[in-house]
Formats: sequence, C-alpha cells, structure tokens
Amino acid sequence: MKTTDTPPAPPAPEAEHTPPARRPASGGKEKSGEGKILNVFSHGVLIIWAILVVMPLLWAIMASFKTDDSILSTPWKLPDKLHFENWSRAWTQAHMSDYFFNTILVVGGSLIGTLLLGSMAAYVLARFDFPGNRFLYYLFIGGMSFPIILALVPLFFVMNNMGLLNSVHGLILVYIAYSLPFTVFFLTSFFKTLPGSVAEAAMIDGASHSRTFFQVMLPMAKPGLISVGIFNFLGQWNQYMLPTVLNTDPNNRVLSQGLVELATSQGYKGDWSGLFAGLVMAMLPVLAAYIIFQRQVVAGLTAGAVK
Amino acid sequence: MQHGKYRFIVGFLAAPLALYAVFVIWPFVQSIYYSFTDWTGLSPEFKMVGFDNYSRMLKDDIFWKSLQHSVLLVLLLPLVTLGLALFFAFMLNVGGRRRKNAAVSGVRGSAFYKIAYFFPQVLSIVIVSLLFQFAFNPSDGMLNSTFKAIGLESIQPDWLGDPKLALYCVMAVLVWSTVGFFVVLFSAGMASIPRDFYEAALLDGASRFTTFFRITLPLLWDTVQSGWVYMGILALGVEAFTSVQVMTVGPGGPDYSTTVLPLYVYQTAFRDGQAGYATTIGVGLLIVTMAFAAIVMRLGRRERLEF
Repeated sequence: MKTTDTPPAPPAPEAEHTPPARRPASGGKEKSGEGKILNVFSHGVLIIWAILVVMPLLWAIMASFKTDDSILSTPWKLPDKLHFENWSRAWTQAHMSDYFFNTILVVGGSLIGTLLLGSMAAYVLARFDFPGNRFLYYLFIGGMSFPIILALVPLFFVMNNMGLLNSVHGLILVYIAYSLPFTVFFLTSFFKTLPGSVAEAAMIDGASHSRTFFQVMLPMAKPGLISVGIFNFLGQWNQYMLPTVLNTDPNNRVLSQGLVELATSQGYKGDWSGLFAGLVMAMLPVLAAYIIFQRQVVAGLTAGAVK
Repeated sequence: MQHGKYRFIVGFLAAPLALYAVFVIWPFVQSIYYSFTDWTGLSPEFKMVGFDNYSRMLKDDIFWKSLQHSVLLVLLLPLVTLGLALFFAFMLNVGGRRRKNAAVSGVRGSAFYKIAYFFPQVLSIVIVSLLFQFAFNPSDGMLNSTFKAIGLESIQPDWLGDPKLALYCVMAVLVWSTVGFFVVLFSAGMASIPRDFYEAALLDGASRFTTFFRITLPLLWDTVQSGWVYMGILALGVEAFTSVQVMTVGPGGPDYSTTVLPLYVYQTAFRDGQAGYATTIGVGLLIVTMAFAAIVMRLGRRERLEF
C-alpha cells in the first residue's frame, strides 16, 4: 500500500492514542466537538439531497390526483379529494393502455431474445477455443463504446430496405442487437467463472453440446442471467431514441414516446392532471419493482462496473 | 469433446452475430462512407463529394456551438456528479464515527439514504425530463412557486427559456438522475477497502479530510475512472440527446443555447433531410468521444494499488 509510506503524521492529541474501539462513547473532548459540527453538517447535506430526490416524485404523485386549477394555483397544497378521473382519462383517452401494451410486447420479446442470444454467444466465446475467438469478443464489446446516434441514420435505411421500419418485430430485433455488447461482455466473464467439470461430466454421459448448454450450463448461470436481465429490462423499458427514429407509427408507440406525445399535445390543451397521471402510471411499475427487488436491481445495474 | 465442436460453435454464434452485424456493425461502417456523400436520405441517389461535408462542418456555426455544449457537458457533468457521489458515499460509509464499537462506519440511516438516492436511476430519462420540464416552468412550475411561497418573489428565473441558464438546467437534471448510481457504486468500492487502513489512520490522528484523500480516493481510483468514462459517454450520447430533446424549446433552444452534438446529428438527418452531412457530424462526435476516453485513460493512469 503506497499511501502509508507518507511521512509520519503530526503528533496527535492525547485521546487519539487509545484505540477507538475501546474508547468510551463520549470520547476525547476536542474530537467529539469537531465530530458534532461535522455530523450536523453532513447529515444536513444528506437530508437535503434525499429531499431533492424524493420531492419531485411525491409532487408528481400528488399532482396526478389534483384538478388542473389546483396544480397551477396552489401547487403545494394536498388535493381536496383524490381525482381518480385523471387516471382513467389518461389510461383510456390518452392511450396509455396501448402504450403499455406495446412496451410490454417489445420489451418482453427483446428481453427473451437478448438473454437467449447473448448467453449463447457468451458461452461459446467463454468456453471454446477457436480461431477468431478474441476478435469476435472484442467486436461484440466494442459496441459498448461507440455513439449509437452515428449508426442511427444508416440504420434507418437498413430497416427501411428490409421492411422492418415501424414494426414491433423490427424494433425487437434492433433492441436485441444493441443490447448484445453489454450482455455478451457480462455473461462471458460469468461463464468463465462457472466450473467446467460439470459440463465435462455431462458430455461424458453422452449429452450433446447444445444439450449441455441448455440443461446444465444455463441453469447454473441463473444469477448472472438475472443481473443482466434486470439491466436490460430497465434499459429497454426506458428506451427512447431508438423507437423515436425507427418507429413512427402512432399505433406502435411505446411508453416513452407516448408520454412525450402526451406532454406535447396535453400541454396545449392544458390537461396537466392527465399528464401527471400518465407520468406516474409509467413510473409505477419500475418504482414498485425497485422497492420489491431493491437488492437485485442495484446488483444488476452496478454489475460489471465493479470488479 | 471434439465431436461436432465447430458445428456447435457456428450454430450458436450465427444468430447473435448476424443480428449484431446487420443492425450495429454495418450501419456503423456505412455511416463513415455516407459522410463523404451528398446524400439527402430522401432519394436513393447520391454522389461522392470527398471532404466537402467536413470543410462545411468546420465552417458551421451551429456545429461549433453544439460541440462547445457537448464539451462543456463532458467536463462539468462528471466533475459535479462524481464529486457529489464521492462525498455522499464517503459520508454514508466512512463518515460516521464511534458506532457499534467500530472505528469506521457510515452515518446513521445510511441504508435508507442509499435506497432513496438510487431511485432516479431506475426512472427513464424521458420521465425525469418531463417532470423537470414542469418544475422549471417559469409561471407555475415547482421551482418558481416555491420561491414565491418563501417570499422570494423577485427571483423568478425563466429557467429553460433563458439562453444563459437552459443548459445548466439540463445538466442539473442529469446530475440529479445519476448521482445515486455512483453513490451505490462507490459504496461497494469503499466496502472492499480493509478496515485496518482506516483504523490505522485514526490512530495516527487523521481527520476525515486526510482519510478521504490519502486512503479512500487512491484506493477507489479505478472505479472513479471508469465512472468518469461512463459519465462522459452519457454526456455525449443518448442521455444528453434525450434530455435536451424532451426538455428544451425547439428542441435545442432557445437560440441554439442547448443544442448538443447528438441532437444536431438527429435534426440534420431527420428534420433537415441531409443524411450525408449528418453522418459527418456523427463522425465528429465519434472523434470527440474517442478523444475524451483516451484523455481520461491517460490522465487517470496511476500506479495500481493492490490491497
């Protein structure tokens, strides 16, 4: 460790020489004074940030139950009563139900495809030695670092020529393709950590390569699949740029597009309460998922970033 | 083991690779080719124009403006976000003193803070942008009505309508939505630093400042660096595009004060019908991204600390 090679620290106050663990709770006088001020300060900052994070969300939930007038005139007052009609109006008239359905369809298809194709490629790249293995690996993970927007213009015309523009299955294929870099990157290192002896045993028992993969390796890789699955689910659920460019048919709009559309058109009509109901509606599934699966979501999103 | 190995490899790689090649690699290669053409994107005819697009780009005021904004984002966003996140993470993990007989621990309630701070990360950037677009609304948004409520009626900024403020508003939203991710990421990194180091430092009378700069930061440097690259790519890519596109007037306004490179690529291609020129700007964006990553890697190179 390099940092301990620094010159000896200046003589510490007397109290500091007792090991902290054995020190009585009151501690040395000087030290606890500094600690108190710092604690008040640090707690203050932490609380302020917590408020900054939670307030806008609570405020949106509150606004979704208010009338347009009271959102604008008394923004900080609680709703006089719960105006559930905002929610039903957003759900039916503003087509939130359709957007939800489209999103579930697109994300469901993409997620299954991403996990299946991603784990197949990662498995081969992680456990088989063949010429070009390294090249293909770097080809896949190289996609993580380049700006998607650059590929978007030609991609539009590739999709157009293939007749995939403005279609749900076209969008699914693109989502899968753009999710592969991280998925392959993450699952390749995951498959490398799994013991090879189990796969060998299965092979000796006469299982084919694909049978070994589907019945032995894939079940063993479940924790990795869950992590990368959560990561991809949130990414694909929240996708905005790809559908905006590749999916302009109003009937196929996904949630994020629908919300922007709602904000643009409702904004003119002044239906703020409907807009907030739509926003909260779109937030609820991920919010609920985060509260329930908090640990897994955090692990899934930060996986791959920490070694 | 060798039986059918290559057939299996080909069989498993074919589908993912084909998808990846058609939707990611091929458009990416094509975009560099298109950047040398005068293609409108509307008709199938175009001709090679050599470096015309590139010299046009260098004389394009809007290109320089958006480049300037993108560079500003790339410099400021990581600085603010990672700085705040480091501070919070340090407070939450090492900031508390003398609890449970441990020399180092987080402040009270750190588990709650981590959950709350991470919240915005699971929300889509579209939802976050729409929420804040309303908060920034000058006449009846959350911010200005708060100012009014606490008697600061004279301070009523135009927020997103003010060319001097608009880009900083966008930046604030991006910081708001990403700090929590890094708090959790850095917390995980800090948890893996051996407690003895802190205890030793405490015995030597090190203050929290010294502890942070001499122990925590050097040992966390790898994570900070990859966070820096991640933040930069976010500032140059999809997130910056989405928040500017959704939140600002125009989008990109007022008066091009918030246009960023990806947005300019998008508008040139799909609004102005200049697909060829758009890919040229895209190549410019690619160069900026590469240069940024290279600089961070180079500046951040330090002796690896093993522990």
